[in-house]
Amino acid sequence: MINAAMFYVLGTREILPLPLGEFLSVQEGVWQNAESTDFDFTSDLNLKGINGKVDVYMDERLVPHIFAEDENDAYFVQGYLHAKFRLWQMEFQTFAAAGRVSEIVGDKAVQFDRNQRRIGMVFAAENALAAMEKDDSTKAALDAYTNGVNAYISSLNKSNLPVEYKLLGYIPEKWSNLKSALFTKQMTYTLAGFDKDLEYTNALKVLGEDNFKLLYPELADSLYPVIAKGTVYPKPLADLMPPSTADSLYFNRRDSVQITSDFKPNPSNGSNNWAANGTKTKSGKPILSNDPHLSLSLPSIWFEVQLHTKAFNSYGVSFPGLPGVVIGFNDSIAFGFTNAGRDVKDYYEIKFKDESKSSYWFDSAWKNADQRIEKIKVKGQKDVLDTVAYTVFGPVTYDKSFKNELTNEKAYALRWVAHDTSNILKMWLLLNRAKNYDDYHHAISYFNVPGQNMIFASHSGDIALWQQATFPLRWKGQGLFVMPGEDSSYMWKGYIPMEENPHSVNPLSGYVSSANQRPADSTYPYFVPGTYEVYRAITINKKLEGMFNITPDDMKALQNNNYNVFAELARPILSKYVKRDQLSADEIAYLQQVENWNLMNDPLETGVTCFVHWWDSLYNNIYFDDLHQTPNTLVKPEKFVLLEALTRDSAYKFIDDINTTEVENLYTQVTNALKKATVQLNQLKKEDKLEWAKFKNTTVYHLLKNNAMPFARTGIMNGGGNGIINATQHDHGPSWRMVIEMTQPIHAFAVYPGGQSGNPGSKYYDNFIDTWAKGEYYTLFYMHKEDVSSELIKWKMSFNPVL
Amino acid sequence: MKFIVSAITSALLSYAFGLFLPWWSIMIVGLLVGYFIPQKRIFSFLSVFLGVALFWGLFALFVSTSNEHILAKRVAMLVIKKDSPLLLVMFTGLIGGISSGISAVTGRSLALLFKP
Repeated sequence: MINAAMFYVLGTREILPLPLGEFLSVQEGVWQNAESTDFDFTSDLNLKGINGKVDVYMDERLVPHIFAEDENDAYFVQGYLHAKFRLWQMEFQTFAAAGRVSEIVGDKAVQFDRNQRRIGMVFAAENALAAMEKDDSTKAALDAYTNGVNAYISSLNKSNLPVEYKLLGYIPEKWSNLKSALFTKQMTYTLAGFDKDLEYTNALKVLGEDNFKLLYPELADSLYPVIAKGTVYPKPLADLMPPSTADSLYFNRRDSVQITSDFKPNPSNGSNNWAANGTKTKSGKPILSNDPHLSLSLPSIWFEVQLHTKAFNSYGVSFPGLPGVVIGFNDSIAFGFTNAGRDVKDYYEIKFKDESKSSYWFDSAWKNADQRIEKIKVKGQKDVLDTVAYTVFGPVTYDKSFKNELTNEKAYALRWVAHDTSNILKMWLLLNRAKNYDDYHHAISYFNVPGQNMIFASHSGDIALWQQATFPLRWKGQGLFVMPGEDSSYMWKGYIPMEENPHSVNPLSGYVSSANQRPADSTYPYFVPGTYEVYRAITINKKLEGMFNITPDDMKALQNNNYNVFAELARPILSKYVKRDQLSADEIAYLQQVENWNLMNDPLETGVTCFVHWWDSLYNNIYFDDLHQTPNTLVKPEKFVLLEALTRDSAYKFIDDINTTEVENLYTQVTNALKKATVQLNQLKKEDKLEWAKFKNTTVYHLLKNNAMPFARTGIMNGGGNGIINATQHDHGPSWRMVIEMTQPIHAFAVYPGGQSGNPGSKYYDNFIDTWAKGEYYTLFYMHKEDVSSELIKWKMSFNPVL
Repeated sequence: MKFIVSAITSALLSYAFGLFLPWWSIMIVGLLVGYFIPQKRIFSFLSVFLGVALFWGLFALFVSTSNEHILAKRVAMLVIKKDSPLLLVMFTGLIGGISSGISAVTGRSLALLFKP
């Protein structure tokens, strides 16, 4: 009996969270993942699926330099190596994209999975896959990549599975081209999945039009647009007139929407990029820099790789899940991205005929809705079935069966560019081999979503920046709120023609840059709602304007710059309106810390911690009452809104707390905010967390977040923050920093907060983090054929074809 | 003598079985050794426990040392909530030893059942 119980307890997850016998077994359990620190990665493999011999030279940081004649052989090996080092992550990310997390973790993920299905993630991936497979070159690349991943998966047995499979108790399934397509949609969701339409609709009703415009303005006074002010835009040919019913049925609709989405991508997802041309650099050749800001995770979202083929020689970072280099360079050009932040996601209210959701009212008739039955497998439980209706707009995300807050009977269909068919992979495959500006311009024309600021620099001296994607053509105000879905008059009228997308090629200023700010000022003829950052762009532009004889070291320093321009503009308001005679000794001490602070968000500064708490308290003092007039909290105004309002007008109408009888003014609010902040700051002081880095506690979480804290890195000493060029927040920030000087030979420097191996039992799991935290870079080994016997090569993997 | 033979046999068989069978092959080893090597039940248990615990423990220690305990540090925090690779090594030995040792007792009991 005891014996049988032992067998059961140690072999299943029913009693203990882990099957300890299986998990700790020295021959098949977790000990097998303890990679010797002097492990020899040299190997000689015979594999089906490649046409010729492929040699992979690994350097001491475990970066593979893949040398293949045929580019598809290179993609095969890239797939094999992605799987070898990152299999669990690749699969987990695509499970998440497809709404299949419940299969792994059980019913706690059912709502998440339903949301993924109902926003049409799989539908979107299928449409993307159809376009990618219609094109011979991308189909061949994907097929080769998938075969490479599967060649590795086939070599696995229980003992060499990644740790996470052993922890969670499942095994990998075969990779497929659809999974690569799903990955592109997960990125799209991360970067172009943010919208505020439902929240805005509600806010408009509660606040009225005037207050709405004051709290959620389209433009910031301090805007430094991606494309410099003063640029002349051609007059658009498209019809930008709103429908005749817009005033009555759209802008003045006064019914509330009570759905707020539980699932939203992080609004901080963004990036910096800039390129300076030879007029500004010491070498006389362009320097390109890029640092994409994403959730910091282990294993990292990025995998560094070089692809050397007959046709091209590209180096940079790739996404485990896709073939090709995503951000990087080749012999002739360098390329990088920041997020455009444009709103490409709208909702339409749908009137169903009945509960079956099988037909809806559209253009004066009942129209059939396609029904997609989503089957969500749940670990240890029965499947969950969910029916999603598809309309001319797209999937009906919200209806009676899927709502988040309060009872709501309405149905909303989602129109999202991510559902359109397009072949975005083709852009990357073409960029990898692009030789000049024309090749780059052609490559980016294939890209439809998520909208990006695509930066370019070439050895021949050109620099360029295009904000590129297929952006919906909107009349002014279209898509800010939920739109009527009973006829076609509110549908998008098409897309802005690519040539009219904001762009800048070899400007006189000698540089181009972007930092997720609004692409253009108000003279740009199209309506471009979105989620934009204001302050990083100000610092970047001011710095770059004054920089000459620039070297790569200068660009590295700029990427790690901690200057807080927001505080520069906001601090005078705090100083001016605080009533000094009403402060306690503690409060005066914090006031002095703020006033004596050098405005740098450096790791050891305490002034920044004091400033942040004071300003946040002021923000709450001013807006909390106004935003809580309804059971559904209203979306918060952007941080520039309060700063600019107070800069313009000290009698700003929201200053008074509507819930009190006395009338508050700016003096009382600023002083009261410091008193509130002091309570928090005293607590932090007691915990020794006043220093910025200690307060911020920069953490690189494992993808399993709080369930796997020993696999994370916490307490990383780093400065920066929101609105700072060094955008490092608590768990979010520069996920790859790259500086490329387009000289001959190219000088390339980069780093990311992770490591090449996804195995928590490998010394290559997180070995870049300290270098990254210090603001240092690795010099990239950009290999050419003649370097095959370089001493920088530590191991060689040979892939031999088997016919 | 039987005690030592029993311990060594358990360790060797566990290794051999583990090459092609799942983790529970150590329980089969316990059953077999308990069945075929006649001793008092307590000695069956202790000898198999010792053999397998040492095999698992030393194996884990060896692997972990050449890994500079990178993985063991993390997994120890995860499984036993202690920042101690060595404790995880001992815990591993314990789990291996107990599960095979109890099987040895079962094996010995079966042997006694069939040969009264």
